[in-house]
Amino acid sequence: MPFRNHWRRYKNAVALSAVYGLTGLALIPLALVLGYTIVKGLPAAIHPDFYINVERPVGIPGAGVAHAIAGSGIMVGIASLLAIPVGVVSGVHLVEFASGRWASWVRLAADVLVGAPSIAIGVFAYVLFVAPQHHFSGLSGALALAVLMLPVVIRTTEGAIALIPGSLRESGLALGLPRWRVALQLVLPAASPGIITGALLAIARAAGETAPILFTGFGNRSWNLDPTQPMSALPLIVFHDALTPYPALQEEAWGAALVLVALVLAVNLSSRWVLHRQLRMAGQL
Amino acid sequence: MIDAIRRPLGLRQSSERFRLLTAAVAVTAPALLLGIVIVLYQEAIPAISRFGIGFLVTSNWNPVTLDFGALPFIYGTVVTSSLAIAVAVPVGVAVALFLAEHGAAGLRGAVGTGVELLAAIPSVVYGIWALYVLAPFLFSHVEVPLSSRFGFIGFLAGPPGQTSLFSASVVLAVMILPTLSAVSRDVIRAVPKGLRESSVALGATWWETNWKVILPAARSGIFGAAILALGRALGETIAVTMVIGNRPEIPPSIFSPGYTLASVIANEFTEATGQIYPAALVELGLVLIFVAFTVNLVALLLVRRTESVTR
Repeated sequence: MPFRNHWRRYKNAVALSAVYGLTGLALIPLALVLGYTIVKGLPAAIHPDFYINVERPVGIPGAGVAHAIAGSGIMVGIASLLAIPVGVVSGVHLVEFASGRWASWVRLAADVLVGAPSIAIGVFAYVLFVAPQHHFSGLSGALALAVLMLPVVIRTTEGAIALIPGSLRESGLALGLPRWRVALQLVLPAASPGIITGALLAIARAAGETAPILFTGFGNRSWNLDPTQPMSALPLIVFHDALTPYPALQEEAWGAALVLVALVLAVNLSSRWVLHRQLRMAGQL
Repeated sequence: MIDAIRRPLGLRQSSERFRLLTAAVAVTAPALLLGIVIVLYQEAIPAISRFGIGFLVTSNWNPVTLDFGALPFIYGTVVTSSLAIAVAVPVGVAVALFLAEHGAAGLRGAVGTGVELLAAIPSVVYGIWALYVLAPFLFSHVEVPLSSRFGFIGFLAGPPGQTSLFSASVVLAVMILPTLSAVSRDVIRAVPKGLRESSVALGATWWETNWKVILPAARSGIFGAAILALGRALGETIAVTMVIGNRPEIPPSIFSPGYTLASVIANEFTEATGQIYPAALVELGLVLIFVAFTVNLVALLLVRRTESVTR
């Protein structure tokens, strides 16, 4: 018996270290991706020119990605204006009328849409908006991004509202408030930190997407704030410039990647902070 | 319940109006889902009627002679996604076991955040990193040694390339890891506490408890997590496009360049002219979306079933 127990303890130790080792292994790519992006991106991203100027032909110094930052901002901004209100109202419907047969279809559609390949959404937006207009536009890119964001917003809104205790709703109804006022003026504000978290996560995801805007926003080498025209975005710069043979453009791609990662992680981390604060406040209630 | 109580007429009307208004907005998601399928189908009709079912089983891809077959792309997608799953599942389950454990909340919180940040990094950033760092490393440290020693095994045969099905699979494995570990962690946490406690009370070690009690109870949920991750891997576009080599062939070796459904659309859609060529690309998208939706549905059913059974 002692032998058997030794063997069991030995096996346990091996398995435990394997689990710890594999967990460590999982974090190595994070460190490597962030490390390389910072080291290779800084030479380009450290110049103020990079945030002021637009792309320049190879060999001319002072190139920048200001037009791509603006383009990303405009496309993601329009997409948020479309997706967040629709997503929040859909989420409210899912919770308020959860028992309806309609709600389960909406939930299923949202779950399936989350897994829709982003390139297919790009093709969808191309066929619907670019082909009839015969030219690429920032607006069509924004619509593709909105399709991508919508299911994320719906499901996080639903999850955030579901966390609100039923007693809040019941006390509102007991006071004779109509259902819509209870939902919009009591429950929604209480759930707002969770909803904001979901919206920020959706924004971060949209800002990093390339595939849906490849043939909608398309990219633009010059300064453009008009969403009816082709528009550049940070992910498009990274994608196109990384695949060129010119070291100067590759450096620009790394710089754009660094700016993109910094923006996306900043939005992501601030959403965590909002959620954390809500959990702490809920703990005090 | 509340509606059953007699209430002033105005109140009931406003409640009904509220229901209809929100329902009208909530229609958007199912409408989009249907819309995507219908729009893609209509655009693909020229290719569907010209090639029929043969489109899925032939491997020609020639825009000049307008001869199109999807097999090389289906092959590339299936091979890269399955390899990615094979690499990512052991790591993802280990991370999930680590995260589902109690104690050392600070460390576990940090690891959890780290893995979630892995999901936040944009696909194109993985792409540029894989192109300049990961693929050259894998080429000289994995592909060359493996193919020179074990090249007699068909799928490891040389000559290896910097861009290959293999590099694409490794990037995919990193990218689907967060999905895998997050869903598996939730499933493992949903296993009733009593099971774990009884096992420990019987004298089982940590490993025996997890391997013989917890993981079997969470099995179908973890399977669901793997399928969910598979769905992500199938549709992943940009990072794969940058490292897979973009060659419409069915290579015998995983160290050779290939192509996937998503990446051929990304590369060729804006250049496609005429009627048949773009339609063939859209049909690839249609194939991709059908596979992704089916895989996703199966995964959702599995995860939901485990969570409701264990509850």
